[in-house]
Amino acid sequence: MPEVLKAPLVVEFPFTRSLGPVQSAFLTGLREGTVLGVRTTDGRVLVPPVEYDPVTADDLSDLVEVAPTGTVTTWAWNHEPRRGQPLATPFAWVLVRLDGADTALLHVLDVPGPDAVHTGMRVRVRWAAERTGAITDIACFEPYEGEAVEPGGHSGVFENPLTGIVAPARLDYTYSPGRAQSAYIDALSARRTVGERCPSCRKVYVPPRGACPTCGVATAEQVEVGPRGTVTTFCIVNIKAKNLDIEVPYVYAHIALDGADLALHARIGGIPYDRVRMGLRVEPVWTEGARYPDHYRPTGEPDADYETYKELL
Amino acid sequence: MTSEEAPAARDIAVVAFAQTDHRRSTEESSEAEMLMPVLHEVLDGTGLKAADIGFTCSGSSDYLAGRAFSFTLALDGVGAWPPISESHVEMDGAWALYEAWTKLLTGDADTALVYSYGKCSPGSVRDVLTRQLDPYYVAPLWPDAVALAALQAQALVDAGHTDEPALAAVGARSRADAAANPHAQLKGQVRQGEYVVRPLRTGDCPPVGDGAAAVILVAGDRARELCARPAWIRGIDHRIEAHGLGVRDLTESPSTRLAATKAGAFERPVDTAELHAPFSSQEVVLRKALGLDDSVCVNPSGGALAANPVMAAGLIRIGEAAARIHRGASDRALAHATSGPCLQQNLVAVLEGDPR
Repeated sequence: MPEVLKAPLVVEFPFTRSLGPVQSAFLTGLREGTVLGVRTTDGRVLVPPVEYDPVTADDLSDLVEVAPTGTVTTWAWNHEPRRGQPLATPFAWVLVRLDGADTALLHVLDVPGPDAVHTGMRVRVRWAAERTGAITDIACFEPYEGEAVEPGGHSGVFENPLTGIVAPARLDYTYSPGRAQSAYIDALSARRTVGERCPSCRKVYVPPRGACPTCGVATAEQVEVGPRGTVTTFCIVNIKAKNLDIEVPYVYAHIALDGADLALHARIGGIPYDRVRMGLRVEPVWTEGARYPDHYRPTGEPDADYETYKELL
Repeated sequence: MTSEEAPAARDIAVVAFAQTDHRRSTEESSEAEMLMPVLHEVLDGTGLKAADIGFTCSGSSDYLAGRAFSFTLALDGVGAWPPISESHVEMDGAWALYEAWTKLLTGDADTALVYSYGKCSPGSVRDVLTRQLDPYYVAPLWPDAVALAALQAQALVDAGHTDEPALAAVGARSRADAAANPHAQLKGQVRQGEYVVRPLRTGDCPPVGDGAAAVILVAGDRARELCARPAWIRGIDHRIEAHGLGVRDLTESPSTRLAATKAGAFERPVDTAELHAPFSSQEVVLRKALGLDDSVCVNPSGGALAANPVMAAGLIRIGEAAARIHRGASDRALAHATSGPCLQQNLVAVLEGDPR
């Protein structure tokens, strides 16, 4: 058995999210240096504000400005900041109930150590130097010894309110494909295509995934297939894909390699796109240093009889 | 309402349970390869074949391993062709079990296979779990799972419900009990360790690991044919709280208490409780919400502090509780599963064996 293959994998999305009227007012307010809450039907003020009452599900729209000062309701000391967190130096996670609010906001507190933070301590907002309308417009909280700041009476109506945010997300993985696919990839590096046979129904799966999807049992017997195969079906690609240096139109096809019971897919080259047909016999074309065939090209053999591949469509 | 009586609800039981050995890494296996032995074991335990199963339901999250549509690939291990009646929840398998239980109640199916798996090792599960948070106000701050649990733990300490030695004792008891659990990942004497996010130390946090679990549900008397002592589901319910952390009182779990009430947990005492508390501090919250005293055997398996394959750890609580009933170690057990930050959503099931 080849050693387990591993590779770094980064999953990264810039989520584009629209805002409701309450979220828009709150985040636009942060951009303008104002903290807004929303009043529920029973008179409580929620900060951060939400569109719907968490208890009654009522529509909420009565915006209320609260103070940039408040009280820590609980905390946790983070001695090792992680990527994406608001401060790069050790900090306290805090829930802060701002003056004028009945609920607490999650953020971070910039203090030198865990001895400098306690539940009940007074803090105030430290604004980010550049603000765009995001929760990170509050750079962090900092200790505050002074009097409570009277909130202004902002109506929550702003010029040029935000309608959406872009929230980037990135997660890092070390991907390993498992036993069956590792063996498949390992064989490909020697330009061999190796599938696995189901011990129950005898079908040969290429690429193998370690289990027969019909019988639900492990596949283990390795079977070399191809290298030649038959085009079972195909499509003509007319739109150029981003970051793909292939002239359009080109043909992408399902190919049943000789000895395989599952068709794999690949590009067809070495023949005009409008001459490709079902039953065309093809073989892989390797380029120097490649880990898999660049494309498949006609072998020149007579076309395969439909009866030989109709079960593999 | 008509005057006609509603048809009697069907009795539904857990008749088999299987789980993998939970390990820090299963890099040699794909998810389907990790799952398949468990599926075979749970079927073999009943003598059922895949084709005998009326409904299949699974729980998992692609974000854990960063593998898109992994739940469809996992179906390879089930043998899903010709097409089977099947469903998936992007939640812990306990919620898949809830869906399967509902399906059996309707009479649409008489047997169900429920499975779940979590492959935490390819990614950083602390960070992956930030992606389930409010994307506007919370997720951009990347508060990792330990940080949020630590905020809850400090609130408990401030309120006088626990202290660091008491939390350490929860972890120590869990790992000591796990010594008798051949599937557990972290067992025996484990150092309480340094702070991860204060006040939580490594000993207060679950191990990161990979694993899978499966159960079979059967309706009616058939359950007694397939299992010497079925674990009958007397009630099951799940409830959720507000997503805003600062809206909740983190020292309480009203959703757990309500789910337990609806599931009938308080009608008679239970002898066993399998609680899904990935952090020691969360066991404190759950014991309080469920009114569990020292007469109840809590987490004899070691719980999530001994093995925490995310997305399977809740289903494993139901499976462990059922397995104790199967082997006569319990007559009436409570099983709990949680989802979301700081015990946001909670499921409670009450299981009973036939009188002896």
